[in-house]
Amino acid sequence: MFFKTALLVLRKDFAIELKSLEVFTTTLFFALSCVLIFAFAFVKEGQAPEDAAAGILWIAIAFSGTLALGRTFERERYGETLRALLLAPAPRPALYVGKLLGMLALLGVAEVLLVPLTAFLFQAALFSRPWLLVGLLAGGTIGFCAVGTLFAAMLVRARSRDVLLPILLYPITIPVIIAGVRGTAALLASPPDEPVAVMWIGILAAFDVVFVTLSLWTFEPLMTE
Amino acid sequence: MRRFFTPLAVLTALMLAYAPVLIANAPFESTMGLIQKIFYFHVPSWFAMFTGVFICGIASVVYLFKGRPQTDRLAVAAAEVAVVFGLIGLVTGPLWARKSWGVWWQWDAHLTMALIVELIFVGYLLLRAYGGPGSEKLSAAVAIFGMANVPFVYVSANIWRTVHPPTSVVPELGRTAPGMAGPFWYCVLAFMLLFTLLFSARTHLERRRAELDELYLDEEE
Repeated sequence: MFFKTALLVLRKDFAIELKSLEVFTTTLFFALSCVLIFAFAFVKEGQAPEDAAAGILWIAIAFSGTLALGRTFERERYGETLRALLLAPAPRPALYVGKLLGMLALLGVAEVLLVPLTAFLFQAALFSRPWLLVGLLAGGTIGFCAVGTLFAAMLVRARSRDVLLPILLYPITIPVIIAGVRGTAALLASPPDEPVAVMWIGILAAFDVVFVTLSLWTFEPLMTE
Repeated sequence: MRRFFTPLAVLTALMLAYAPVLIANAPFESTMGLIQKIFYFHVPSWFAMFTGVFICGIASVVYLFKGRPQTDRLAVAAAEVAVVFGLIGLVTGPLWARKSWGVWWQWDAHLTMALIVELIFVGYLLLRAYGGPGSEKLSAAVAIFGMANVPFVYVSANIWRTVHPPTSVVPELGRTAPGMAGPFWYCVLAFMLLFTLLFSARTHLERRRAELDELYLDEEE
């Protein structure tokens, strides 16, 4: 029942998105412009500083993730469909999981395009240890989306939600950004510093466990009016 | 609490007025000298701030799951006082750092954690101020997440780099520097009294505001 509901929510979001591709295309182009802005800010004489690619990649993920979260729930609010979802006789945490899976899929696809782009534009050896990079990206994205999905869902009812989401989300996801950037920078070093990257993946995993649990625990009372 | 408020306020004022005398007479730290004396105000303000954060987090958990409005009033009062004491800590810290490290700011574990916790609770207050009706519940979630975040920021920033004097000097103060321990714990007590005063005054104000809202509602009906 739980996973069936979560998958139904995911399928619903996927079907809506597939029709318009609105959130997907805007998120992707926003991420692209982020990378370009940072390229102009950091690149000197045709060469970016050594570690810059790691920071740029994660900032692009965090910024475009915030935009995607805001847009996804704005759509729910506009159609008053979030209320309908909450009225459905389904376990509320399952709705959260469904929404979270949708965000993860969206950001996952965005990352598949962002990583090669960053590697290409900044001559960064991001693919030297592909599995560790996947681990970092997965851990970081789950942590960011776990907090982000809960906050975006609860802010649907608040005023000035578009500005409050980043204000509240960024300070709380700072550990994700630190771990992601430092872990990716360790992979960019020559030779890649594997133990450091593995340690950051461990911290990300701990963050994910704590914050997914907290979100599942608080989603029900938060979404009850 | 109201009966004790005035005597406590007088006591706190006297303690804070006498604190500079005690601090001036305390022994000088061997390497840092005069600049180390800011520590008598810097550390107690962080004590007060984290007490506020802790009260706010616990009160928020109770409010979110039990829905008692008085716990929400405690949470907002604690958050506001915590932000004020955090600000004192964030101002006194760089003053010391400029003389001791030669720079105003370092991306160190303690500093990063303190700044992030301060930001989270400023966000908490912003959400309450501009979030509109129903934001009490949402801000409770922010407080819970903020409290859960403290160890993560600490660990990740600690691995990143650390230059801050270890906090372990505080419990060992009585053994390593008996001349400093007295004035230090005196200042801690004064700051905690000040925290209690501000916190209770702020809670009282919040309670009165709720009463006023109720009266308005009755009037409309």
